[in-house]
Amino acid sequence: MSAITSPVSSRDLAAIARMRIVPRRFYGRWIAAAAILGVLGWLVLAFAKGDIAWPVVAQFFTAPAILSGLSNTLIMTVCAMALGIVLGVVFAIMYMSPNPVLRGVALFYIWFFRGTPLLLQLLLWFNLALVFPTIGIPGLFSWRTIDVIGPFMATLLGLGMNQGAYTAEVVRGGILSVDAGQTEAAKAVGMTRLTTLRRIVLPQAMRVIIPPVGNEVISMVKLTSVASVIQYAEILRNAQTIYYANARVIELLIVAAGWYLIVVTVLQIGQYFLERHFSKGRGERRARRVAVQEDAA
Amino acid sequence: MSAVEKAAASDDAIVTIAHVSKFFGPLKALNNVSLSIQPGTVQCIIGPSGSGKSTLLRCINQLEKIDEGAISVDGALIGYRRVGETLHELTDAEIAQQRLSTGMVFQRFNLFNHMTALQNIIEGPLTVLRRPRKEIVAEAMALLERVGLADKRDSYPSELSGGQQQRVAIARALAMRPKLMLFDEPTSALDPELVGEVLNVMRDLAATGMTMIVVTHELGFAREVASDVVFMDKGEIVEQGPPQTVLVAPSQPRTRDFIAAVLK
Ligand SMILES: Nc1ncnc2c1ncn2[C@@H]1O[C@H](COP(=O)(O)OP(=O)(O)OP(=O)(O)O)[C@@H](O)[C@H]1O
Ligand SMILES: [Mg+2]
Repeated sequence: MSAITSPVSSRDLAAIARMRIVPRRFYGRWIAAAAILGVLGWLVLAFAKGDIAWPVVAQFFTAPAILSGLSNTLIMTVCAMALGIVLGVVFAIMYMSPNPVLRGVALFYIWFFRGTPLLLQLLLWFNLALVFPTIGIPGLFSWRTIDVIGPFMATLLGLGMNQGAYTAEVVRGGILSVDAGQTEAAKAVGMTRLTTLRRIVLPQAMRVIIPPVGNEVISMVKLTSVASVIQYAEILRNAQTIYYANARVIELLIVAAGWYLIVVTVLQIGQYFLERHFSKGRGERRARRVAVQEDAA
Repeated sequence: MSAVEKAAASDDAIVTIAHVSKFFGPLKALNNVSLSIQPGTVQCIIGPSGSGKSTLLRCINQLEKIDEGAISVDGALIGYRRVGETLHELTDAEIAQQRLSTGMVFQRFNLFNHMTALQNIIEGPLTVLRRPRKEIVAEAMALLERVGLADKRDSYPSELSGGQQQRVAIARALAMRPKLMLFDEPTSALDPELVGEVLNVMRDLAATGMTMIVVTHELGFAREVASDVVFMDKGEIVEQGPPQTVLVAPSQPRTRDFIAAVLK
C-alpha cells in the first residue's frame, strides 16, 4: 500500500501541475442508489398487484364531498392559524411586559394550553354548553351556547388557542434574537415601546419566527383532521363518511393523502418566498444582489 | 442647595447634571457627578474603560434611570413631573417625547438592519413626528449629501462599511432636528482608515453650532473641536477644563497617566 501523502520537491511541482487529475470515486453513492431503486421497484410492484382500485381513487379525487371537505380544511387552517398568530404575538408581548399582571396572565395561558392535549381541549370547547348553557353579558344579551359553539367554533377555538400558546414562545424567541442595540436606537429617535416593537423589533424577529411558524402551518393542515371527532366536516371526515358507505377504505385514504400532500407542497413554496422577503438587509440577499449585478454587467 | 434646585437655577445651560449617582447592583457606576453644558458648545468626555462615560450619556438620554440627583435637558427636568414638592414618574410616551430634543450616535452604529440608509433616516420623522413623506425624503437626501453618502440611499447596513454606517447613523439622528447630540465613542469600532471620515462629519456639525457631548478616545479631535473636556475615572469627574489645560497640561496625576497611556 502506498503512503497517503506524496513527498514532493519544489523541482517536481511544475511537472505535477500538468498531470491529469482522477476525481474521487463515490462507490457508496452507487450502492445506496441501487439499493433504493430496488426497494422502490418492489413497492411499485406491490401497490400495482395489491387490491387498490386506482380508477376509484381518480373518481373520488374531485368528488364534491371531498372538495368541500378540502375547502373546510383550508378555511380552518387559515382561521385557526390566524387566531394562533394573533394570540401568539399578543401573549409574547404580554410575557415580556414589565407589568407583572400581564406577565402572569401570559404565563398561565401558555402553561395551560401547552400542558393539556389538543383533543381534550377540543372536547372541552365542544361540550362547553354543559358548563355554561348560555353565554353573553347578563342583562344585556345572551345566546344558547349550543348555537354559538358548534363544530366550527369549537375547532377554531381549540386549534387557535392551542396554537397561540406555542406561537407565543416562537415569537418571544424571535424578539429575543433581535439585538438590544436596535431597541436603544429606536428609543433614541423617540419611539415608544409599542412603536419600537411594531416598526423595528418584530420585522427583524420575523426572520427567526417564520421558519417554525411555517412548520406549524403545515402541522395545522394535518391537525385539523383531529376535528373529525367533533363532527367538523373536514376532508378526512368526509372521506370516512364516503368509505363507510362504499367500503373503499384505502382508495379514499389515498385521495385524502394526495390532497394533503398537494396543499403542503404549495405551502412550502409560499414559505420560501416569505422567508426571502423577510431576509431584507441580510448577508445572503446581498450576495444574491451582487451576483445579479455582475450577471447584468 | 438641593440637586433639583440647582438644575433649575442654571437656566442658560442646555444640559444640567446635578449630583447624579447611578448604581448597577453594588457597583457605583456614577458617583455624585455634576456638569453643565452651554448651548452651542462641544463637551468632550474622556476616561479609562469602565469609568462611567457611557453610563452618563445614557442617563442624559434616559436609557438608564438615575438613582440620585437630577438632570435637566433643554429646560425640563427629565424622567419626572414636578408637582409641588413631589416628583411623579413620567410615562413611556412622555419619556419618548422628552428624548426628541436629543439625538444619539452609538459606538456600534445600531442602524435598523432591515431598512436601507434612506429608510433609516426617514423612520423617525415618519413614525414619531408623523411628517409627510415627500418633505422628509427631500430632507433625508440633503442629510445623506451632507455626510457624503447620497449614492448609498438604497443600501442596507450590511452593504455599508463601518464608517459609512456611522455617517448614516449621524444623519438619522440629525433628521429628528435635535437640539443636542450625544456621541458614545463613535469611532472606536472603526478601522483606523475609516475614523477620519466620521470625525470630519462631526467637525462640520460642530461648526454649525450644534451642541454636542462626545465620549471619545480621539484626543486630537478633542483638542481641536472641544469647548471643554472632562476626565472621568471610577464614576467621578476627576478634572475639567479647556482642552489646552486638561489634554496638554493636566493638573491631576490620574489624568496625566491616562493621557500618557492613550498616546503610548
Ligand atoms: N447594564 C449594566 N449592568 C451592570 N453593570 C453595568 C451596566 N452597564 C455598565 N455597567 C458597569 O458600569 C461601569 C461603567 O460602565 P460604562 O459603560 O459607563 O463605562 P465606559 O466609561 O463607557 O467604558 P468604555 O470606555 O469601556 O465604554 C462599568 O464597570 C460597567 O461594567
Ligand atoms: Mg462606553
